[in-house]
Amino acid sequence: MLELKNISFTADGKEILKDISLKTDDRFVAVTGPNGSGKSTLMKIIMGITSPTSGRVILDGEDITDLPINERANKGISFAFQQPVRFKGLRVRDLLDLSGEKTDKKSFEKSCAILSEVGLCAKDYIDRELDSTLSGGEMKRIEIAMTAARGTKLTLFDEPEAGIDLWSFNSLINVFEKLYNKTSGTVMIISHQERILNIADKIIYLKDGSVVEYDDGKKVMSHLSNSLPDVACKILTEKNNCVMGGNL
Amino acid sequence: MDSIEKSLLKEVAALDALPVGAYNIRTNGKSSARNTTANIDIISKTDKSGIDIIIKPGTKNQSVHIPVIISQTGLQELVYNDFFIGEDCDVTIVAGCGISNCGGEDSKHDGIHSFHVGKNSKVRYIEKHYGEGTGTGKRLMNPTTLIELEEGAHMELETSQIAGINDTVRITRANLSGKGSSIVIHDKILTEGDQNAKAELSVELNAENTSCDLISRGVAKEESVQQVDIKIDGNAPCNGHAECDSIIMDKGVIIATPQLKATNVDAALIHEAAIGKIAGEQLMKLMTMGLSEKEAEEMIIRGFLR
Repeated sequence: MLELKNISFTADGKEILKDISLKTDDRFVAVTGPNGSGKSTLMKIIMGITSPTSGRVILDGEDITDLPINERANKGISFAFQQPVRFKGLRVRDLLDLSGEKTDKKSFEKSCAILSEVGLCAKDYIDRELDSTLSGGEMKRIEIAMTAARGTKLTLFDEPEAGIDLWSFNSLINVFEKLYNKTSGTVMIISHQERILNIADKIIYLKDGSVVEYDDGKKVMSHLSNSLPDVACKILTEKNNCVMGGNL
Repeated sequence: MDSIEKSLLKEVAALDALPVGAYNIRTNGKSSARNTTANIDIISKTDKSGIDIIIKPGTKNQSVHIPVIISQTGLQELVYNDFFIGEDCDVTIVAGCGISNCGGEDSKHDGIHSFHVGKNSKVRYIEKHYGEGTGTGKRLMNPTTLIELEEGAHMELETSQIAGINDTVRITRANLSGKGSSIVIHDKILTEGDQNAKAELSVELNAENTSCDLISRGVAKEESVQQVDIKIDGNAPCNGHAECDSIIMDKGVIIATPQLKATNVDAALIHEAAIGKIAGEQLMKLMTMGLSEKEAEEMIIRGFLR
């Protein structure tokens, strides 16, 4: 169970998040809202990458607000970056090892399974360096695969659909479904994609740093498409951008 | 060989036991073990310290190990090793020097290696330098590598100094005078404490269709100082590429100097250089996978210097 208590975040005099409080133990939670609404910041606060100006983050009853990133990771939080990080010299294999899936010969099949879920052949990728020789789309898929491979009780994805290039969107949904089945935890996804929002148990709709609506996925979706035409329009525009290659 | 010497041998040449093929192990200034093969001869020099390594034409898939171990404090030596590699060879040469100094006097190994690589031969050269020990005496190494490549010859060098050397001047100079010859150099240095390292990598491309790829990676920790000079002279239709990439940490100092010189209109030379600290987002990514900040830093450096 994840609980946020009165989370606020201010940077350069601007309020990015305003007194957000919510609880969730749902399996599949989507976070949506216009650009600049504070979605990424909220996720970074849960992971510990960003410290809130005020408020507390509670995981399974434990206050983790003051814990560093790695301690949160070891308590069962994973985070897929919107812009995957590149490393000169580190290989796909090295990071898969950190995901808890040892990539010696015996478990090559496992790595193969992890990478093939995102449409990549392990044989071609396991020894590739995570540097500028990989395209943005390849980096993004590897990021998603590695994060999902950790199989933690809370997995955060920051716009996984952005920059997915030619890879089929169905495969991305499959990754989430498998993760959903594998862990008994929560998958939380920032998304503008209608198809992801449609399968969410709950949707958090953020605007200008506040939770406008947090409810059953279908309910929020019907509000988004009916009573908030401007928002639906915004989501559609961004979805089209994603299809065109997103922001990578 | 005692346990210190054995562990040094493992560090510099990845050897747990005597290697297969030709070898010469130099321990505390003297040759302590040697093996020659039908194709590879090793002869001690008579006029000065060192050996000649003679590889017969047509020798393929064979290796030579020539590690140097110093465990005696205060030992200082200057050694000349000359390699004569015949035509049409394909060989691997593993060199390297390990110094363990637990005493109060400086230990020093200056090695001058020269390579004469015959027509169409391929040579892979691996050299590791390593120092350890708790004494106040310094561990000093000054390797000089001089290379001559004949027509169609190709040489790949992987040289590294990963730990424990107080002071070093590393010089690698190659003359590509044979048509179509090529060279690839990967040089890696990690310095810490108050260590000083100076590296010069210079290649002259003197014949048609010669090429070089020089890649230098450095990590300067604490108060250490690194200076890297990379030079390519293009004196014929040729391709030269150099990349100098460094991570600076703590109060380290890095000076990277690229120099390209072309005297032929068909010389194509490129240089890239970058110095920067470890990116915060790299640390964060690894921390989200459960590593502490220190572990993440170590992993990034290990990968960078791989």
